[in-house]
Amino acid sequence: MRLLSVALLLPAVVAAACGGGNEQASSSTPAAVIAIDGSSTVYPISEAIAEDFGKTDGAAPVTVAFTGTGGGFKKFCRGETVVSDASRPISASELEACGQASIGFVELPVAYDGLAVVVNPKNTWATSMTVAELKKLWAPEAQGKVMQWSQIRAGWPDKNINLYGAGTDSGTFDYFTEATVGTAKKSRGDYTSSENDNVLVQGVSGDEYALGYMGLAYYEENRGRLTLLGIDDENPANGAGPIQPSFDVVRNGTYRPLSRPLFIYLSINALAARPEVQKFADFYLNNAAAISKEVGYVSLTDAELALVKARLAARTTGTMFADHAAQSQKSLTELLQGRQ
Amino acid sequence: MTSASRRIAGDRLLQTMSILVLTLSLVALTALLYDVWSDGWRRLDWQFLTSMPSGRAHLAGIYPALLGSLYVLLVTAGLALPLGIGAAVYLEEYGGGGRLARLIEINIANLAGVPSIIYGLLGLGIFVRVFGWGPSVLSGGATLGLLALPVVILSTREALRTVPMSAREGSYALGATKWQTIWHQVLPGALPGILTGLILAMSRAIGETAPLITIGALAYIDFTPSGVMSPFTVLPIQIYNWISKPQAAFAENAAAGIIVLLVLLLSMNAVAIVLRDRFQKARA
Repeated sequence: MRLLSVALLLPAVVAAACGGGNEQASSSTPAAVIAIDGSSTVYPISEAIAEDFGKTDGAAPVTVAFTGTGGGFKKFCRGETVVSDASRPISASELEACGQASIGFVELPVAYDGLAVVVNPKNTWATSMTVAELKKLWAPEAQGKVMQWSQIRAGWPDKNINLYGAGTDSGTFDYFTEATVGTAKKSRGDYTSSENDNVLVQGVSGDEYALGYMGLAYYEENRGRLTLLGIDDENPANGAGPIQPSFDVVRNGTYRPLSRPLFIYLSINALAARPEVQKFADFYLNNAAAISKEVGYVSLTDAELALVKARLAARTTGTMFADHAAQSQKSLTELLQGRQ
Repeated sequence: MTSASRRIAGDRLLQTMSILVLTLSLVALTALLYDVWSDGWRRLDWQFLTSMPSGRAHLAGIYPALLGSLYVLLVTAGLALPLGIGAAVYLEEYGGGGRLARLIEINIANLAGVPSIIYGLLGLGIFVRVFGWGPSVLSGGATLGLLALPVVILSTREALRTVPMSAREGSYALGATKWQTIWHQVLPGALPGILTGLILAMSRAIGETAPLITIGALAYIDFTPSGVMSPFTVLPIQIYNWISKPQAAFAENAAAGIIVLLVLLLSMNAVAIVLRDRFQKARA
């Protein structure tokens, strides 16, 4: 019966252990750790940077989790994390939550990501789509109604279209719906959704009549299995006709509206009080360009990076995206310069 | 056809179908194992087991995740085992089918079917925030402990029922108290069944991802857990992370991680089976 006695004693041991740990846990994270949480899209960049930072002399330990952009902000605005990864700007309700908790932040763009609209390689009819067609296809009103390729453009086959897209908790979902349908989170629901883009790759590559959207990096890694569609925003000011996404057009701003900046949000309190956080932030920006290329994203231009570094040095708080309608037409450079 | 031959034919049919179903599930399992093994065995080496996570597929390892899984499991077992056995002993030996006991019983059966993410939300609300334990090994272990608890209770009750009444009556006849009877006769007799239930519960807990992501378990961490209050990551989260990456090299890492998880699970089960056999022999 010795085993049973040991087992029955364990809770006492555990209780004693947590009693001892309670003081340091009251601040939620041990003071020395730089805790990062947020978007799973930004995660690979933060992961690689945390790894390299860990190899520098006297570096503080860094931890990275990927609860999602929304979940990350929830923790950030409760003071549970120091850095929040985000694949979209902070929302009005999240701003309010942070404001109520007196959590100020510095908003730093660190890379670009393009969203790719892809079809099966056996698809011979579609080579491009306009934003209006994407809206018609993905709007909530389309649910149960727009079901065939021929309903999107005359001349496309009378076949059922099978849709694949991001899960509703992801920043990718928020961004795609805002860019095509016009309102974040408004989408038809009758499609195969996954937070894991590799699942979407599998789905589209095995289905002749499929259409899906995902991060451009996933197309790049699966070139033979997917066909990329050009996107036409019908605004000749940033390139006439359909634009085939590539790292170049994502960076120069002509692949509108499906390219987006990725962000990190830094707690201003931590930045001011903890020198190791400042050190980490500098390290992040100095390495963002090389790392984002390495993990499959598009780096900011040197000029943009210089502006972002200036923003960090000045500790400019608040978001550049408070006035959503006006800002969606501006380039990142214009936005960064506007606040300097 | 006579009724006898019809019955024999029916018998044959059932037998064939049973064998077919068994073969099918074994083939599916073998195919899965083969697929994972052929994808992952090249990445499996000492470096993989002892390295920190990394954004570069060939450098990435699972050391903190492996230790994290073990730590969390230890806390889970430490909570679920005594609480589960205690609850089952009460319900089976003391509770005696009253209205309260029946209510508790129904709730436990329902809890066993609650999706794991709900336990994650509960853990986030109570352990991480109200108790202030943060996203620590303790919070993770306690969350999984709750998840494992119903399984432990249900299987322990089944095990207690297999102990013959005569063993209890014999004990009472010799003047033993109720507690002495439970401690010296009933529990040792039920131990093999209890251990089987524990294996099932722990096997479920070790594969959980969703509740741990919810309570804030990490994905990248370059230190191993230093105690129950330390932040942590576990094997399934590391595997999930690798599977979601675009680069194919990470899929190989994920497969290797799955092999490690499987080996951990099987060796855990093996330990429990050995223990069970030893107890069974000791009683016989």
